[in-house]
Amino acid sequence: MKRNNLFLILILALMGLSLWVILPTDSTRLGKTGFQFGLDIKGGTRLVYEADLSKKDDSLSNDEVMASLLDKISRRANTYSTEPIIQKYADDRILVELPGVKDTEEAIGILGSVAILEICETDGMGSSIRTDAAGKQWFVAVGNDGTTELTGKYLKSARVGLDPNTNKPVVVFEWNDEGAKLFEEITGSNRNLGKSIAIFLDGEKISEATVQATISSTGTISGMTAPECTNLAIKLNSGSLDVPLTIVQQTKVDATLGADSLNKSLVAGAIGVGIIVAFMIFYYGIPGAIAAFALLIYSVIVLAIYKLLPVTITMPSIAGFVISIGMAVDANVLIFERLKEELRSGRSLHSAISEAFRRAWPSIRDSNISTFITCAILYWFGNAFGAYMVRGFALTLFIGVLVSMFSAVLITRTFIDILIGEGFIKGLSIHEVKKNV
Amino acid sequence: MFDFVGKRFWFLLFSTIIVIPCIISLAVAGLKPGIEFRSGTTMTLAFSTEVNETQLRTALADMGYSNTVIQHTSDNDFIVRMEQINNEQNSLLISALDGSLDTVTDQKEFATVSQTVAAETVRNAIIAVISASVGIMLYITFAFRRMPKPFRWGICAIIALVHNVLVVTGIFSILGWAAGVEIDALFITGMLTVVGYSVHDTIVVFDRIRENMLRSSGKFENVVNASILQTLTRSIITPITLIFVLLALFILGGATIRYFTLVLIIGCITGTYSSIFNASQILVIWENKEWSRLIPFRKRVDSQV
Repeated sequence: MKRNNLFLILILALMGLSLWVILPTDSTRLGKTGFQFGLDIKGGTRLVYEADLSKKDDSLSNDEVMASLLDKISRRANTYSTEPIIQKYADDRILVELPGVKDTEEAIGILGSVAILEICETDGMGSSIRTDAAGKQWFVAVGNDGTTELTGKYLKSARVGLDPNTNKPVVVFEWNDEGAKLFEEITGSNRNLGKSIAIFLDGEKISEATVQATISSTGTISGMTAPECTNLAIKLNSGSLDVPLTIVQQTKVDATLGADSLNKSLVAGAIGVGIIVAFMIFYYGIPGAIAAFALLIYSVIVLAIYKLLPVTITMPSIAGFVISIGMAVDANVLIFERLKEELRSGRSLHSAISEAFRRAWPSIRDSNISTFITCAILYWFGNAFGAYMVRGFALTLFIGVLVSMFSAVLITRTFIDILIGEGFIKGLSIHEVKKNV
Repeated sequence: MFDFVGKRFWFLLFSTIIVIPCIISLAVAGLKPGIEFRSGTTMTLAFSTEVNETQLRTALADMGYSNTVIQHTSDNDFIVRMEQINNEQNSLLISALDGSLDTVTDQKEFATVSQTVAAETVRNAIIAVISASVGIMLYITFAFRRMPKPFRWGICAIIALVHNVLVVTGIFSILGWAAGVEIDALFITGMLTVVGYSVHDTIVVFDRIRENMLRSSGKFENVVNASILQTLTRSIITPITLIFVLLALFILGGATIRYFTLVLIIGCITGTYSSIFNASQILVIWENKEWSRLIPFRKRVDSQV
């Protein structure tokens, strides 16, 4: 049969392509970077921030504030950790996942602090007053106009450097043109030259120094350890956050715990699937073996899709995959049971095969659509409160069931047609049914 | 030929006997919510030296954390659930544990959920289960639109579904007060999967009834009985294969997904039962308008017992 041969070539090509995509597991084929594992497997920190939108600037809409927050937190996270995930959900929540990050407290400090930088002077013209830990009062420095405060919003960039005199780490910052003009006025001989100025971050003094010369475009912040300098530079570079954030949910998972769970589930899944295969072969004979082989192709295709999309693999999504194998088996069982029935009713092998597939189809279709509905709702549910595990489960189950429909009606069908229908294999256990009844 | 439909009231009685304790437990004790639903902290701890549960509990109580639930896992980790604490309190707690237990504590996992998030989660979970049920009912009504009274099929599938949800939540309610099992977002995921599977299974039987109705003109209950028999092998084999996998995951899959797989195992069993013994049977009862028989029948049985 020409049609079957064509399908066979297609299926084998698809399997080959899928294998090529999957192996090796960390390959970057088709521009993708290996399997994506969730935090519960590779370990790391997951934070959920709530933005206090009541404190926003009235000229901005909630969406604008959230977009700006998302952008700034993304910039911080991307410098601080590798492959972070930053998502907005609900109206005022930001979900941050930092793979491999163990120091949750440090991460919270870097990502979520507002990071408003202010230059302060001792006898001020300005009206904003800051108090340092020693109780001393400072005025937020203003330009010669008496109103424009010099703050972090005039920063162009910040980086970690070394103080040439003390050889200690410092944060070197650079003002933009406007900031440079203000800074020049503030450090001018008629203002603070020879006097102390301080740098405040989020209302706390982090550095104090005497102005030695009038400076304009750059400045340094000293007195911190190297990691503190790095963290401050990250915060300053992203700009200050528009509104304060609070942590409403946090999770930290150790990488060894995750790897351990992954291994356990994989072993469990393999044993479970092994039993299914053995059972199918034992119960259905050669067609069972064909179905088992179709399941193998099915698994390879599904894994290739996981890798290409990519689907984030978490513990529940492994469970979703395993359950979808169960659903794929169900489609095969439906077809084989139907095949037995059709043979019992006295049909020829050829017509029984085509009837079995034709009649089993509505059941496979209708029952799987109900699973799709559940998957869609689960996906929404997972999204609505940032439960990446629930979303992952829904996605893997959906892909699994979709491919299983394709697998049952095309892959199993083609193999059965070729091997049994064309008489390559005789004396099958399913044949026995016909004789015995 | 076994007469399933003829014994329909017995099957419903069996379901009732199973469901009643579930409802009682749910009504009296409810479900034990995990931190995702009621806010709080959960952490996984491992110690460099031999530490037992009592020592850990005492050490925590000495710090003022008396209301803790401690679970010793098979991997010699301790899962501790307690009130919501912040990162500072957490660092203090770990160093205090190191001191009082004379050990080095490895905090493998630390999670907190605040009150607001917890409240939203509860609301979303309820919306999810209800919308899944409504969506499925509408779909079944659509799939069976060529049948007379398509709405009935949807309602019957939903009755079976509610039965399954009651059995699963009921068993977890019992596990909650008997063994301290808490429900989390994964439980809801499992629950929704049970909802999907339950309908998946019911549809297979319904589909056969639909097919047979188009071909034969016999009495409705005979058609239903024949359909149940024709799909019986499948109705048994599919859950068996699923349970193989789920049992493997349950036994070997690690603590994270243990109760999740338990939800699926229970759902798989009750889903299979309700497809054969509830959904299709209620369809017959509805067709024959035998509702009145449900009440006297129960009375009769009660008097026999």
